[in-house]
Amino acid sequence: MEKSADKTIITVVGKDTVGIIAKVCTYLADHRINVLDISQTIVQGYFNMMMIVDMNEAVKPFGDCSRELAQLGEEIGVSIKCQREEIFRKMHRI
Amino acid sequence: MINIWEVNETNAMIEQENLDVRTITLGISLLDCMDSDLGELRNKIFNKITAVAKDLTAVGAEIENEFGIPIVNKRIAVTPVALVGGAACQTPEDFALLADTLDEAAKTVGVNLIGGYSALVSKGMTKADEMLIRSIPAALCRTDRVCSSVNLASTKTGINMDAVRLMGRIILETAERSKDRDSVDCMKLVVFCNAPDDNPFMAGAFHGVTEADAVVNVGVSGPGVVKTALEQVRGESFEVLCETIKKTAFKVTRVGQLVAKEASRLLNIPFGIIDLSLAPTPAVGDSVADILCEIGLEYAGAPGTTAALALLNDQVKKGGVMASSYVGGLSGAFIPVSEDQGMIDAVQAGAVSLEKLEAMTCVCSVGLDMIAIPGDTPAETISGIIADEMALGMVNQKTTAARLIPVIGKGVGDTVEFGGLFGYAPIMPVNRFSCADFIRRRGRIPAPIHSFKN
Repeated sequence: MEKSADKTIITVVGKDTVGIIAKVCTYLADHRINVLDISQTIVQGYFNMMMIVDMNEAVKPFGDCSRELAQLGEEIGVSIKCQREEIFRKMHRI
Repeated sequence: MINIWEVNETNAMIEQENLDVRTITLGISLLDCMDSDLGELRNKIFNKITAVAKDLTAVGAEIENEFGIPIVNKRIAVTPVALVGGAACQTPEDFALLADTLDEAAKTVGVNLIGGYSALVSKGMTKADEMLIRSIPAALCRTDRVCSSVNLASTKTGINMDAVRLMGRIILETAERSKDRDSVDCMKLVVFCNAPDDNPFMAGAFHGVTEADAVVNVGVSGPGVVKTALEQVRGESFEVLCETIKKTAFKVTRVGQLVAKEASRLLNIPFGIIDLSLAPTPAVGDSVADILCEIGLEYAGAPGTTAALALLNDQVKKGGVMASSYVGGLSGAFIPVSEDQGMIDAVQAGAVSLEKLEAMTCVCSVGLDMIAIPGDTPAETISGIIADEMALGMVNQKTTAARLIPVIGKGVGDTVEFGGLFGYAPIMPVNRFSCADFIRRRGRIPAPIHSFKN
């Protein structure tokens, strides 16, 4: 299994509907991905959520989780993206 | 901890403003492949490239996937082939066989371009250098991914006018060989003054002899990000304008640095440099010319363009330098015509001429880039344009280049389609007065007085 010391950022963007957070969190729980922080906002009428998660104990490699979450997003009608936290940290912190 | 606004800002840059890493270029030394037997040399070159670069495309894909940032190109740069093939090649055709080998190696490892079919002749040409140069039209015609560059001048050595004269003819011959395809092979050929050893961008990338055995260099991009940032400060002072460019360049370059370090770690090959360049593409919103318009010009080429470009180039460097541990390559704004929709619009509107582009190259990173000119332009005139560009680089102690495409069978008013990232270009008029007697003189132009610093 692929290990990474870094945190992962999951972003969910799309039209608001019932159960988005529940479905994403169910997936994360099923795959032993620990949620460290959640924040949510509405940008230009769109549901916009960011989760900081720890995937070090995840039962599948990063690439698989990323693909399956994107697929789950398509089913709910939102876009779900997984990215290592480092890209944001490098860009916004000195 | 990272907050949602920062995450959204980064992702908007990637999704809406075309932020990407333009290229991861793996430099590979071929000096240890030298052999006096051509067959043996070709084997060694193929084996070395395919061994060192075997994971390059996979690593690129992995980084794209993990960080969610597109990496547009994965490429290879090798030691100038004129140096590597000197002992084995007896004819220009022998050199062209080495181009076949490079092409085959590039296809095997899955990179879209391989640079280094090059000669460094800023002071003089060896027999091997001259044979390689004479083989360029054939080599580019029969390969798909090989890029060629020739360094014709430097501040330290002056301008090799014999090589400048020869390159005028070689460019025309390259155009002639691909005339049924709008002379597109000329896109893969560039001439330089003060060519850097660690440039990751094609067509001019080669792995200099001062470099280590293998090295990872990364070219960042992001004209769309700068343009969007500047939309927020319309009408503000130069101080605000400059600060905004600087901060944006910092952010863009940090992503490049992250990708470069990660690629270096995964490939187990040392990190070389980040090239801090604003590299446009024909995609809407990915244009350097549009930034100049946002700064306050009706079109690129209007009076004030050189000043605006000087400002842009300088601020990009100032922001980028702090974001990266090692900066190199070309580092600055690129102003190709065909690869930049805003520049194409400026040419079509009659706002920018070849002469204005030449002035702009005094203050930005490269030179006359991806410019289509009439196919009946005499070789001496092409050499004259090159000589002017070399003089700018030599005197200003900077890199300059020329990538001209004389489109055989077409003239001013026609348009050529290069396809994909290379875009299309309206053919630009060239000054019709002759410089033939100047170009026919033999020898070289001496180095300028300010090069004597010892």
